[in-house]
Amino acid sequence: MNDFTKLLILLVTSILSNNFIFSRFLGCCPFLGVSNRVETAAGMGMAVTFVMGLASLFTYLVNTFILVPLKLEYLQTIAFILVIASLVQFVEMFLKKSSPTLYKSLGIYLPLITTNCAVLGVTLLNIEESYNLLFSVFNGVFGALGFTLAIVLMAGVRERLEFSNVPKAMKGFSSSLVIAGLMSIAFLGFSGLGG
Amino acid sequence: MNWTAIIIAGALMGGLAIVFGIVLGIADKKFTVQEDGRISLVYECLGGANCGACGYAGCSALAQAIVEGKAAPNACPASGAEKVARISEIMGVSAQAKEPMIARLACMGDCESVALRYNYDGLPDCRIASGLSGGPKMCTYACIGMGDCVKACKFGAIYLSEKGLPIFIPEKCTGCGACAQQCPRGAIKLAPKLSTVMVACRNDDIAKESRANCKHGCIACKKCERVCPVGAISINGKHSQIDFAKCIKCGECAKSCPSSCIEVFDA
Repeated sequence: MNDFTKLLILLVTSILSNNFIFSRFLGCCPFLGVSNRVETAAGMGMAVTFVMGLASLFTYLVNTFILVPLKLEYLQTIAFILVIASLVQFVEMFLKKSSPTLYKSLGIYLPLITTNCAVLGVTLLNIEESYNLLFSVFNGVFGALGFTLAIVLMAGVRERLEFSNVPKAMKGFSSSLVIAGLMSIAFLGFSGLGG
Repeated sequence: MNWTAIIIAGALMGGLAIVFGIVLGIADKKFTVQEDGRISLVYECLGGANCGACGYAGCSALAQAIVEGKAAPNACPASGAEKVARISEIMGVSAQAKEPMIARLACMGDCESVALRYNYDGLPDCRIASGLSGGPKMCTYACIGMGDCVKACKFGAIYLSEKGLPIFIPEKCTGCGACAQQCPRGAIKLAPKLSTVMVACRNDDIAKESRANCKHGCIACKKCERVCPVGAISINGKHSQIDFAKCIKCGECAKSCPSSCIEVFDA
């Protein structure tokens, strides 16, 4: 199997069968918190894609060139948190200067990504699967695309639900949680796809 | 104990943190965005409770809008004349303070005047009580008196009297209207702060029912409408209403009202 085929398989698996939210249950906080409107959900998805790609790149570099030579792999978690937090800060400053419109539309979601466990999750998974640099970055981007798909779908359902007649006890968060569960079951149908 | 491993790990994490810190510090200097200094000055003059009465997302959003010229210097209902003058000074424009408003309760149905439907024994929350077969008081327009407005007030301007109705402290009330939004009965109205005459009842029941429900229920008898020298009173639906703009605060209506549901507040 050449690299291109492998990447295609990675794309399919990380969006459908190994979806971060529906099968790994990572990043549930923004999934429930920012899925009120399709627009903001898509914005959040874009921001996460951006950060996850960059985080995969930088954590790969930190891991291979600093942690592994020093035999300090056990520090991965804490070191990656440090990397991700600084990275998000940096991206925020950069965006504020270079693209105020994008900065404004991402708003509070950008700093919130620091605490999105999907980002930390993807960096640790990259190491666990012993991906090389190329695959790490693509795994990050594809995983984030899966996240975007999930959050946008959720927002679509919730937008429709706003205007439907729901029993009072099920309004808002409770129905969202039920929907999240149902969607997760639906995505279970993809399991096994792509090996 | 392997001290070298500990020291190496600590040094590595510390080193990484310092490197990232330095990079971020340089980036901060390089990418710094000049914020208009007036924003923080204007911000200090605003109410500071983020009540949202101005229509913006919060005090800082309003401050930015004022500096950008999108909002008037007197857009904040919670900042008084003095502060509006300061904002105008900062912005270099002239503006008058809005007529100060204050929240008033348009209901006199305290525990002595209004008949009870049942004894409510649940959570002390107006919204819950009002949803329970029309509320604990016979009058479905009456103030529930469980203090949702007290909880909503960010300025501590409301307390409950022993008769179970909210009292508004004029010195503290900024007229932001947060309480009025919270009230499930819509019994709180914003009225001009400087001496108000207002009809403290808003029931639309027929006169017989409203009299049976409450001593102070407006029965739409039109007496006030007749005695008013300036024609500021009209019967709207089944209760009377005073146009604050026309009212000259003579208080004749209050004297004539058979259910004494017109209140005269002094400045």
